[in-house]
Amino acid sequence: MAHTASACELKPWRTEQSRPFISVKGVTKQFGDFTAVSAVDLDIFKGELFCLLGESGCGKSTLLRMLAGFEHPTRGSILIDGEDMARVPPDRRPTNMMFQSYALFPHMSVEKNVAYGLLREGMRKADAYARANEMLRMVKLEKLARRKPDQLSGGQRQRVALARALVKKPKLLLLDEPLGALDKKLREETQFELIKIQETLGVTFIVVTHDQDEAMTLATRIGVMRDGVIVQIGEPREIYETPNSRFVADFIGTVNLFEGQVDAVAPDMMRIETADLGPVLLPPVAGLTRGQHVWGAVRPERFTITRARPEQARNAWQGVVEEMGYIGHMSQYRVRLPNGVLIRTSQSNRLRDEDPISWDEQVWVSVQPVAFRVLTQ
Amino acid sequence: MRGWFLPTAVVFGFVFLYAPIVSLVVFSFNESRLVTVWGGFSTRWYGELLRDRQILGSAWVSLQVAFASATLSVVIGTLGAFVLTRFSKFTGRLLLTGMITAPLVMPEVITGLSLLLLFVSMELTLGWPAGRGLTTIIIAHTTFCAAFVAVIAQTRLRSMDESLEEAARDLGASPVRVFFDITLPVIAPALVAGWLLAFTLSLDDLVIASFVSGPGASTLPMVIFSKIRLGVSPDVNALATLIIGFVFVAVLIAGWLMQRGLRKGL
Repeated sequence: MAHTASACELKPWRTEQSRPFISVKGVTKQFGDFTAVSAVDLDIFKGELFCLLGESGCGKSTLLRMLAGFEHPTRGSILIDGEDMARVPPDRRPTNMMFQSYALFPHMSVEKNVAYGLLREGMRKADAYARANEMLRMVKLEKLARRKPDQLSGGQRQRVALARALVKKPKLLLLDEPLGALDKKLREETQFELIKIQETLGVTFIVVTHDQDEAMTLATRIGVMRDGVIVQIGEPREIYETPNSRFVADFIGTVNLFEGQVDAVAPDMMRIETADLGPVLLPPVAGLTRGQHVWGAVRPERFTITRARPEQARNAWQGVVEEMGYIGHMSQYRVRLPNGVLIRTSQSNRLRDEDPISWDEQVWVSVQPVAFRVLTQ
Repeated sequence: MRGWFLPTAVVFGFVFLYAPIVSLVVFSFNESRLVTVWGGFSTRWYGELLRDRQILGSAWVSLQVAFASATLSVVIGTLGAFVLTRFSKFTGRLLLTGMITAPLVMPEVITGLSLLLLFVSMELTLGWPAGRGLTTIIIAHTTFCAAFVAVIAQTRLRSMDESLEEAARDLGASPVRVFFDITLPVIAPALVAGWLLAFTLSLDDLVIASFVSGPGASTLPMVIFSKIRLGVSPDVNALATLIIGFVFVAVLIAGWLMQRGLRKGL
């Protein structure tokens, strides 16, 4: 019981009666004829690290800018901590933003940049600088306080921008592609630093990103956006394991999609007749009827490839390894079935001295019925 | 073809542009009273120049006019440029866009004449400006210098990262504070360049000043022009050399400031 209680506390979105901290209600934003954001409803809870994920131009940045107050919704309302933000200008909102370009003031030193927000609040100069330096210590930049932004590296600038956005202790921090300008290695380190800071300060974060790995690592929940609409909201695992559409399945990670029709539904088993794989057996899904047009989605790592035909496998097909890519911790395979269908699969390389399956080998590809996700759109 | 054509063209171009100026500078150090006959090196005419009350007086007028109109045109030009780059929609936007650059292409004679007519009718109806003199020249120079400043400031404002201003808003600054805390310091190099350009343009102007000046307020170009009509005297060469040196330095500084602003990508 204790376990479930804490889970509810940490994951308030799972409970019906939780009060959201940020409420976006039916928000639409149009620029002339172009609809950037279309009727978005979104509840975000206190202490969340919410990621808005989508390709460029999907409206995620516009949504973020509306939360910050730089754009006004054409329709709908935004509530932060129960307060309607419609008439509140950006400088009066309990939010701060970290910009994609970092937007550090080039004519001010690092510490002046960080102290700027506090000084505008009317804090005394000495106190503001003390607090700014405290913040710089947190991001490990206290030694560079007197430098100008153009004397810093990309990673250092990113941390100054973060310190500046957090120094006023906002209720909500908005981050626009916070790690976009960093190289891969630095980005991975910074991701965990960001999570640590977020957890320490307990500030609610909304992060906009186009990088699915980043969203998966950072987020408590992800909102996947496409053409101004949020197509799915869920925890990273939900988004990955139970995508609600082919778009989400394909956008997050890699997926094999098999088009087909529901052939037979039994209480404990269901069969779909696919064009590519023939009949496939999987557990029944509620709400599907015979003859319905569906897609079966399988992640590459759910397939097993073996040299011998696996025993008791309900879904198994024979094919030839056409491509193989050794990545180190895993290998990727493309297996061509006799009917020309290509299956993408990956195997983790757990043993150091195993004899790996390689090009042009005859193999069996099998998959557990539960690995299938049935999609209707 | 390419081997000799390019160097020749460059030399020809430079000679065409700078030979008159070089000869003017050389002859300003001429001992002889005859402008075109070399009589040995001397700085005599520079000394004469400093004793000429009329020239010194008009130089003082010119400096006052240039300083005042450069400063005023930076204020007006910056405001105009800010409105045009930061406010996407307002009534009369198109009109302002067109009109702000009109003085750049308007023939000076027409600008001068129209301003003269304006000042005369204003004096008759409003009683201000009383007569023509320093004030009217400053106003006239401000109108055309502001156009140049507006163009320079607009370029800078367009290339400036607007999220700087948004970041300041986000951190709690009112729009007015943002303008003085962020926008102005960031575009400052361009404004200094604009000021210097306006200063030299004002110093240089003869046509408009001739229309709108009155007795007792002759600018340096006006005095030089009237002296030349009575015959070229060597002290004018000396004066011109000083002006060239002055303008050269000003343009150099303006160019350097604009370059630095661009390179930093502020």
